[in-house]
Amino acid sequence: MSSDVQPRRRLRVSGNVAVTALAFLVALVIGAVLIALADPPTQAAAKYFTAYPWDTFTAAGRAVADGYVALFEGAIFDPGTASQGTLSGILGPLSETLVNATPLILGGLAVGLAFRAGLFNIGGQGQVIIGAVFAGYVGFAWHLPAVLHVVVAVLAGILGGALWGGIAGWLKARTGAHEVITTIMLNYVAYYLLAYLLSVKGFQRPPYGQAISNVVEGNARLPHLLGGNLRLHTGLLVALLAAYGVHWLLTRSTLGFQLRAVGANQFAARTAGMSVERSYVVVMVVSGALCGLAGVSQILGTNTAITQDIDAGIGFDAITVALLGRGRPGGIVWAGLLFGALHAGGVQMQSATGTPVDLVVVVQSLIVLFIAAPGLVRSIFRIRTQGAGVGQQLAKGWNG
Amino acid sequence: MRHAIKIVAVVATAGLLLAGCGSKPSSSSGGSSTASSSPKFTACMVLDTGGVDDRSFNQSSWAGMQAAAKKDPGIKVSYVSSSSQNDYTPNLNAETSKGCDTVLAVGGLMGDAVKAVAKKNPKEHYAEIDSPSSGPNVYGLQYNTAQGGFLGGYLAAGMSKTGKVATFGGLNIPPVTIYMDGFWEGVQYYNKSKGKKVQVLGWDEKNQKGGTFANSFTDLNKGKSISQAFVQAGADVIFPVAGGTGLGAGAAAQASGGRVNLLWVDTDGCVSASQYCKYFISSVTKNLTDPVTQYVTKAAGGSYPTGNYVGTLSNGGTGLASFHDFDSKVPSGLKSELATVKKDISSGKIKITSPSQPQ
Repeated sequence: MSSDVQPRRRLRVSGNVAVTALAFLVALVIGAVLIALADPPTQAAAKYFTAYPWDTFTAAGRAVADGYVALFEGAIFDPGTASQGTLSGILGPLSETLVNATPLILGGLAVGLAFRAGLFNIGGQGQVIIGAVFAGYVGFAWHLPAVLHVVVAVLAGILGGALWGGIAGWLKARTGAHEVITTIMLNYVAYYLLAYLLSVKGFQRPPYGQAISNVVEGNARLPHLLGGNLRLHTGLLVALLAAYGVHWLLTRSTLGFQLRAVGANQFAARTAGMSVERSYVVVMVVSGALCGLAGVSQILGTNTAITQDIDAGIGFDAITVALLGRGRPGGIVWAGLLFGALHAGGVQMQSATGTPVDLVVVVQSLIVLFIAAPGLVRSIFRIRTQGAGVGQQLAKGWNG
Repeated sequence: MRHAIKIVAVVATAGLLLAGCGSKPSSSSGGSSTASSSPKFTACMVLDTGGVDDRSFNQSSWAGMQAAAKKDPGIKVSYVSSSSQNDYTPNLNAETSKGCDTVLAVGGLMGDAVKAVAKKNPKEHYAEIDSPSSGPNVYGLQYNTAQGGFLGGYLAAGMSKTGKVATFGGLNIPPVTIYMDGFWEGVQYYNKSKGKKVQVLGWDEKNQKGGTFANSFTDLNKGKSISQAFVQAGADVIFPVAGGTGLGAGAAAQASGGRVNLLWVDTDGCVSASQYCKYFISSVTKNLTDPVTQYVTKAAGGSYPTGNYVGTLSNGGTGLASFHDFDSKVPSGLKSELATVKKDISSGKIKITSPSQPQ
């Protein structure tokens, strides 16, 4: 990284930040249109649009404003609950944002890291499930003293995820099987393995009337950070530490250099004497371990028992978070926070205004869509930027 | 530099736009608050994953809320849906702090979240569908659908000409297998009391790990291929317990040209899947709608029900729907036997052994 690259790099970054912000804005505007279209009063007013067109616009404006205000109140700060003066009233929305962001950051790091080594880890779902199963099983079946129990449960979750990711890495290294196929198939294996486990006595909760596991013991739960009334748990610290760890691994360690070299050009890396196969296994083990941690956050932090959808879509959302964060740990943390905020706000938006929660997913998808197509955003806003855009990076990977 | 100016301009415009919209609620909030001040009672529902139009428990539960609101204009109802189990607690919290007079949770998997939220909000009233009451302010609604399934099994055995009936599930989970258990027991009871040997394909209550499952509640083709395999094996009555996958059984029945007939599940098939009505001998129902309506109406009247409701044959929580097109084809002897069986289940003379029954 010589110094003459610096100025160009800075320009490129500012261009990327602008495109990201504008993509966000365009997505919000399209989301606003959808909110207005889905709003019953607006639909009612639109019926007499030709007579009183203004009514349609006021109704639509109100629906959009209410929706986005609720989104903000659910994700950042709610004057209504804050006026009660309690800690949970003031910090509740932020806590929800961070709770939602935690597994997304961990999953995003997993996908981003694998991508840097040239691998596309679509197996987040399976790795999260197996991580949660391992951590959850230790959490409810073993009985250990206070601090030890949670530590062992977290390690078990890491082990579970690492194992599941490692299988795909090993298959790739040994047989050349494409990781996209193996990780997707391992998702199915994990999903139906969980379905089976949820019907096994000792795993399933008595009286066996529901497909739900036993409850994780109090000792094995990740401690709350701000008291029992706020759901924020220590998983967030784990996620931030992991982000730093991945950053260190990629930029400061020999192993990270090897991984990036393999990702950039595996033939050159091999010629330089690096073991490409070993890199594949290592990166998938670490990537799986990070997903395992996302599963840990799910079962020891956010929820207390395993059900069939313990993954909660994190495995796939993680891919989007990693793309949005451009594969860099810092970016992934911000992307995870953004998605966490959108999700937390979406709950409030649905509750307060009746806006379908699916709309939040649409807005999320639009943001990523526009970021992946920077040319579109640039042409909308007539921005000319030098250097490679994010979209080009997405197209050719992050090592180019 | 020019970029920067443009970006600033765009952001500023966006700010103005948002500010313009933001000022609206203050002028309009008067209207919306008068609209929401007229209802005397607000009932809010937190749905499970699957959405309000799932043709299954979410939809039936929400129908109960709507019926209550229709009966009494003073009741205002609303719902939020959950996209995964992560949403249970936030949704329950949001509905509680919104000021709902009662919050109804749909789906037994939400039980833990309801318990925790209800404990933190002792003054709020909750109802939980498919899970027992977990506190003084939680009303539990549960269903013993094995009883309805039992009648279905007896009816199927009585209607079978080949001596083979079949059932398959969406997933091997208790809310599904409880129907299959009841169906299986109903056939065994028919065999015992009539000295017949009608076989059940696809499920054996004694082997809870086995059985035929589509592993999907939406895959029609899977439902069709499973049903055709059953037909190949000689079955002529099929009981799919698999939501939308069961529609594939309808397609298989249609392809058989009337040789194979079906029992539908959860709702009256002639209403929810009317295109296959002529193949439905009857349906094994789970009545979520009426108990929800009753709960909301009672709660709005000021007395919140407590404890548990268990839907059974005797209180109409489960049972057989009407025979529709088969009314003339089901022998009257079989009809009166079904009435006797129903009475014997309610009186406890027939003991149902399904391990998935509510305790």
